[in-house]
Amino acid sequence: MNELVFFINNVVIAGSVTGSIYAIGAVGVTLIFSIMRFAHFAHGDMMTFGAFMVLLLTTAFPGAGAAFGVPSALVLLPLAMALTALLAVGIDRAFYKPLRAHGVKPIVLVIGSLGVTLMLQGLIRLFAGTSGQSLYIDDRKEIFRLALPFEGVRAPVVITEPQLYLFVITLVAVVGLHLFLSRSRLGKAMRAMSDNPDLAQASGINTNTIVAVTWVIAGGLAAIAGTLLSLDVTFKPDLSFFLLLPIFAAAIVGGVGHPYGAVAGGFVVGFAETLAVFNWSVLLRPFRESLPEWLTQAGNLAFVGTEYKIVVPFFILVVILVWRPTGIFKGKVI
Amino acid sequence: MDTKRADTVAAPGRFPLRELLLFAAVLVAVLGVYAVMGPAYSTRMLVEAACYAILALGLTIQWGYAGQFNAGVMGFVALGGFCAMFFSIPVNEAFWGSELPGELGQVLLYMVAAALVVFGATRLDRLGVPKTLRTVITVMLAVVLYLVVINALRGVTDQIESRAGFIGGLGLPVGVGWIVGGVLAGGVGYFIGRVCLGLRSDYLAIATLGIAEIIKAFLKNSDWLTRGTATVSPLPWPVPGPAEVGFTLARALYLSVTAVMIAAIFFLLSRAYHAPWGRMIRAIRDNEISAAAMGKDINRRRLEIFVLGCILMGIGGAVLASFNSMFDPQGYLPLNHTFLVLVMVILGGPGNNLGTIFGAVAVYIIWIMSEPLALFLMELAVAFGEGAFGWEAPTNLDSRALQARVFVIGLLITLVLRYAPKGLLPEKVRHHG
Amino acid sequence: MPLLDARDVHGGYGGMNILNGVDMAIEADEIGVIVGPNGAGKSTMLKAIFGLLHVSQGEILLRGEPIHNLPPNKLVQKGMGFVPQEKNVFPSLTVKENLEMGAFLKPGNVKRMLKQVYDFFPPLHDKRHQPAGELSGGQRQMVAMGRALMAEPSLLLLDEPTAGLSPLYMNEIFEQVKLVNSAGVGILMVEQNAKQALAIADRGFVLAAGQNRFTDSGAALLADPEVAKSFLGG
Repeated sequence: MNELVFFINNVVIAGSVTGSIYAIGAVGVTLIFSIMRFAHFAHGDMMTFGAFMVLLLTTAFPGAGAAFGVPSALVLLPLAMALTALLAVGIDRAFYKPLRAHGVKPIVLVIGSLGVTLMLQGLIRLFAGTSGQSLYIDDRKEIFRLALPFEGVRAPVVITEPQLYLFVITLVAVVGLHLFLSRSRLGKAMRAMSDNPDLAQASGINTNTIVAVTWVIAGGLAAIAGTLLSLDVTFKPDLSFFLLLPIFAAAIVGGVGHPYGAVAGGFVVGFAETLAVFNWSVLLRPFRESLPEWLTQAGNLAFVGTEYKIVVPFFILVVILVWRPTGIFKGKVI
Repeated sequence: MDTKRADTVAAPGRFPLRELLLFAAVLVAVLGVYAVMGPAYSTRMLVEAACYAILALGLTIQWGYAGQFNAGVMGFVALGGFCAMFFSIPVNEAFWGSELPGELGQVLLYMVAAALVVFGATRLDRLGVPKTLRTVITVMLAVVLYLVVINALRGVTDQIESRAGFIGGLGLPVGVGWIVGGVLAGGVGYFIGRVCLGLRSDYLAIATLGIAEIIKAFLKNSDWLTRGTATVSPLPWPVPGPAEVGFTLARALYLSVTAVMIAAIFFLLSRAYHAPWGRMIRAIRDNEISAAAMGKDINRRRLEIFVLGCILMGIGGAVLASFNSMFDPQGYLPLNHTFLVLVMVILGGPGNNLGTIFGAVAVYIIWIMSEPLALFLMELAVAFGEGAFGWEAPTNLDSRALQARVFVIGLLITLVLRYAPKGLLPEKVRHHG
Repeated sequence: MPLLDARDVHGGYGGMNILNGVDMAIEADEIGVIVGPNGAGKSTMLKAIFGLLHVSQGEILLRGEPIHNLPPNKLVQKGMGFVPQEKNVFPSLTVKENLEMGAFLKPGNVKRMLKQVYDFFPPLHDKRHQPAGELSGGQRQMVAMGRALMAEPSLLLLDEPTAGLSPLYMNEIFEQVKLVNSAGVGILMVEQNAKQALAIADRGFVLAAGQNRFTDSGAALLADPEVAKSFLGG
């Protein structure tokens, strides 16, 4: 039974945490893809920027959370989301819109977004340095240990306070996005434009507005994803290239242009990562007697070491591109 | 038919004034560097610029000739560097003298056998096994065999690390490693190209970005193969080294080797560009649908050009690693080995070989000179800040100042795309018919 | 004052002129039909009116106000609706959402207009929660027309509304066009089925090589032996 608890801690909880972060990031990527038809490579650094804004605000107002009984970082998150959304809209105006107006191929926008990612990286590191920093400045990270009511179980299920917030915020973000896309006028117009941009324009939908709304949402979600990631571990300014691959893999697994698919894809990639680095020999321990010797001898039955984690999203990406390039939910764009 | 191109079409026999002016400017800059920094430093800079020119030529045929965007140049450079190291450094007797090579060979045989078994399982449906069952069997077999092989490999590599350090090299001539580096990079390019080239061009960018990080992670963490973060040095040179003839002369000799290589690559590429093959490649880039309608095998041509570009990157990476005389997997950075090359290509002129070489040399000079310049400006700012209002500068200012270069490279990419999308020396597109 | 008045319109794609001086005028309650051989510039004329194509010479007036080269969303505001020939629905949106998109600029009257469109096209009411991509060709055409009607246009432009439909549906569409017109919406449509279309037309325009060949009432064009011989297949 202790092995099961170990499994819950290392796979179920860790996978959900990673999956939530990837899911929120992938939704932003897939929305941008469905409206502007290019893979936004600056998304990882937009996430970092959001987290950095939270870090700055928390440093400036360390006591903000005390009034509500939650970490200051969470109270200041909406403000950081707004700033990141503003940044996203500004970047679009300054860099992507002129390129779109020239009628360039989508791949040129991809290169442009790589330029933007470098600029953001440079700026963030210039101001934040290159080392990791905790977003918990004045607050203490609570750790909950839930003992399971079974006989012989000594190890508790461990879950930290930021992880609980993370699940709640992910749920709120996904439900909120769903309501926005299915109920609101702008949300429906976004789906319409993703279906058929020419017809959307012929219907009188102002496509510039929709583009701006897309950036606001993508920026806001990026700030959430980046902050949650930094709350769970620490704020690191140089994560972006390691985030991009799993996020893109998640968006493509879910079918590009398909927001709910991106959520599912995020969890697929997140769990695949944790399952791949999990040491399966732990689970085999209780059955040691009945297993062949070569299997029990092996001390480490993980598929890949943690240092090769990045292979997992790449492997998923290659498999999905070979097997079903439209993704498991049939995306709109391949 | 296409009016926008009119300005980039060269008049026949036009005097190449623009080319001459730009190269003259580069020459002046080089002479300036020689005057200020001395010949040893400056020759070193030129050799590195020449290595980057090979990388840039690889990227220019992918992006300029064929419109394929490779966001993982770094990975192919690192592969080339690894081959240069592995084939040229001396044999490690501690490894070859033990029974470890046999064990490693055994694991490699297991690996091949396992791959064959899994491949055989994918063909089970030919024996009448239902397709779903075949897939289940294949996946199960793949998982189990993978675990068995990877465990065996871990055992052997741990042994190698603890008893012999790493497996060492093969002690072969430097050129062998360069050629194999190109072949290996081309092989990885073939794999990526097969997966991605039939799909949206974005997917190729994502996949190459990923493979580059994976190659780096592999080289960095495989201590048994590369010594990982401990780095391997010195790597032998194909020409007499500094110890024998002095820094400046040795570097100049190396420079002549790279110059010959660039000349050969340049000549072959120009031939290919004007040959029917090159025309076909450009026809596909400019109008994929009509090229397909004319019966061209688009994906095959695309794969050829992509692999060719990757081969050049592998060779360039190998030459660069040999010159640095050190293999440090951690030193491969997206900024230095992917984006710098990208800037060289889009600034110089994608699809124009001469423009690409110009871009490589010019950008590399700016890049190298910007480091002392950034530090100097930062110190100036600190001195001013302290003097004017008692500002206390952060301690890690040096590393931060270098981040400004990241910003500048990014800004340069976006500006060039917007204001000079065809580069300073645009590709001369001739109208066909 | 005519509802739509196009005079001497020239235009085309990328410097190549397809329209070489087309005149076209219809009154507020009329059905206008554009017919002609392939490549005559019929659909191009419609796109020129809806601002999807650069008009290099001539003018287009909507109730006397010049509208050429205005962007489509401005034209929707001014009371023009356009139904393209292909890709004229949002496939992943439900029928109801498709219709709502038509009223994007006038969110206030969605309810009233929805009711009116369902009255015009009763099958849409039953399928309102189905994605439009799952509908048959004829039903999609209804969704497309309904979407354009949601903005309460005074002029509706239809690009080959019966293309690819079975004869049964074709008649239904022509009936619905008449119905919509009788509710006070001016119609200008391009049609391949020239005879049937001219039969319901108040005004017919026969284009060839980007210019007017014949302009008259629908009935008169049908009766003209020369038109019949060259353009209506004898």
